[in-house]
Amino acid sequence: MNSYGNSVYLLESQCKGCTNCIKHCPTQAIRVRNGRAVITPEFCIDCGECIRICPYHAKKAKRDFIDMIRNYEYSVALPAPSLYAQVNRLEDINILLTALKRMGFDDVYEVSAAAELISEESRKYVESHKENWPLISTACPTVVRLIQVRFPNLVEHLLPLITPAELAADLAKKRASERTGIPYERIGAFFISPCPSKVTAKREPIGHEESNIDGVFAIKDIYPALISYMREVIDEPEELMIGGKIGISWGSTGGEAGGLLSDSYLAADGIENVIRVLEDLEDDKFSPDLQFIELNACNAGCVGGVLTVENPFAAKAKLANLRKYMPVSGAHSANALPYSPDWTSEVTYQPVFELGQTMKESMEKMQQIETLCEQFPGLDCGCCGAPTCKALAEDIVRGIARKEDCIHILKKYIHKLSDDISKLNGV
Amino acid sequence: MSDVLHLKYTVCDDDFTRAGEASSDVKKRLKQLAIPPEIIRKVSIALYEGEINMVIHANGGSIDVFITEEEIKLVLADKGPGIPDINKAMEAGYSTAPDNIRTLGFGAGMGLPNMKKNSDDMQIDTTINVGTTVTMIIRL
Repeated sequence: MNSYGNSVYLLESQCKGCTNCIKHCPTQAIRVRNGRAVITPEFCIDCGECIRICPYHAKKAKRDFIDMIRNYEYSVALPAPSLYAQVNRLEDINILLTALKRMGFDDVYEVSAAAELISEESRKYVESHKENWPLISTACPTVVRLIQVRFPNLVEHLLPLITPAELAADLAKKRASERTGIPYERIGAFFISPCPSKVTAKREPIGHEESNIDGVFAIKDIYPALISYMREVIDEPEELMIGGKIGISWGSTGGEAGGLLSDSYLAADGIENVIRVLEDLEDDKFSPDLQFIELNACNAGCVGGVLTVENPFAAKAKLANLRKYMPVSGAHSANALPYSPDWTSEVTYQPVFELGQTMKESMEKMQQIETLCEQFPGLDCGCCGAPTCKALAEDIVRGIARKEDCIHILKKYIHKLSDDISKLNGV
Repeated sequence: MSDVLHLKYTVCDDDFTRAGEASSDVKKRLKQLAIPPEIIRKVSIALYEGEINMVIHANGGSIDVFITEEEIKLVLADKGPGIPDINKAMEAGYSTAPDNIRTLGFGAGMGLPNMKKNSDDMQIDTTINVGTTVTMIIRL
């Protein structure tokens, strides 16, 4: 069975063993065992819902920190468009980009610029692959992993193009190498990310073997220093901006789809909504003319990522405001991409939720689950550490829980035991 | 232990928005059973269409799913008005769905044809004013 190197992890010392995270995990990947939450890595899709919900801040996201840029001869920051949406009254993106350089980066390459190139490639791909309509966006790694583990029939709909951040890393290093003469390998490209799933995607790329990204930093980690440097450079920003309206729009829901310049799309955000759309697509509920489905695991899109600082909807509004007077696409897009950003390795279905090795074994286990479920109260109280009675039944059949973990069953046993004892005493 | 896995569902008559719950649950379970994705797709579409039909035309009913290693049998039984002309009902585009249902995008007359298309064998037993039972078999 495949196991992901998840980015979401538990800080045990802060976990109280409550039921908040188990109840909110969209893939039921978390259980409370011995008073602590435990994440099943092959079920986890790095959506970050548990980080959001945990009242004790016991769920954390693995990521890199800015010190690591010193390990490279030359460093390039790759700001996600969602970063721009964190700042109040930003009128000139160059101020933010210049401040990034002040933080220690030698250069800045906007991910939005690469996004515009991906938009162009996406247009071509969608047009020439009608047989796979609707194509599903693959910029959100959480969505891709969700489809890989839960929607086997939809894998063929995935748009097989690398992400804007991945393309940006390569283009940034090439540009830096040309400008400075420093070899490509000694240049580091660092993505400034709104979410932990991009951290995972760097470690375990989707659709290609190795990532060109050398580090992934959290927006919220660099934010305080960035803001103070912005004040310093406000009057003398460098001309660093290369992206336009289309690229920046990728930061919130509908932006990527809008970049296709077609009306035949659907865009959804928020993990539960994403699941509903995928369920409906699986049941053939959409028009055969639908060309594209943009899905973002976070509310309002990447601006709602769990590593951001601003309210997602305020951030979305800021992004809309910021792009108002920008060129449709940046000057760079005149240069055709030197290669096609297609996936080079296969992305396949990973049946992590199967109960047994064979159908016969799985059927037997499911029968046992049914029988167990009839004995449970159906309250889904979570006291056993599983999110639902059915999930507990599955755990028992998988051999990782016991019937007496259900406190209602335990109560019955104890009542029976005390009855038996009192009967004995009566003899 | 028997070699047939039997799943039972009741399709409610009072809440149209809940139609599709049974097919959604069956789909989830089939994925846990290591059943090939293309089979899951056929079952979930056939069942979804059937479920919608039961709600639109027959005030709900019951669904029984029998899973063996050879086939999946779907039995959808209702106590609705029955189908007066099965041949006509099987025609693509023919529908007797009321207008208020059509405004929701249903009633395109593709329910039964889609059920037939997605199953290897389909049988309809219907009696006017008594009810209809549709049995579909999807072989593995």
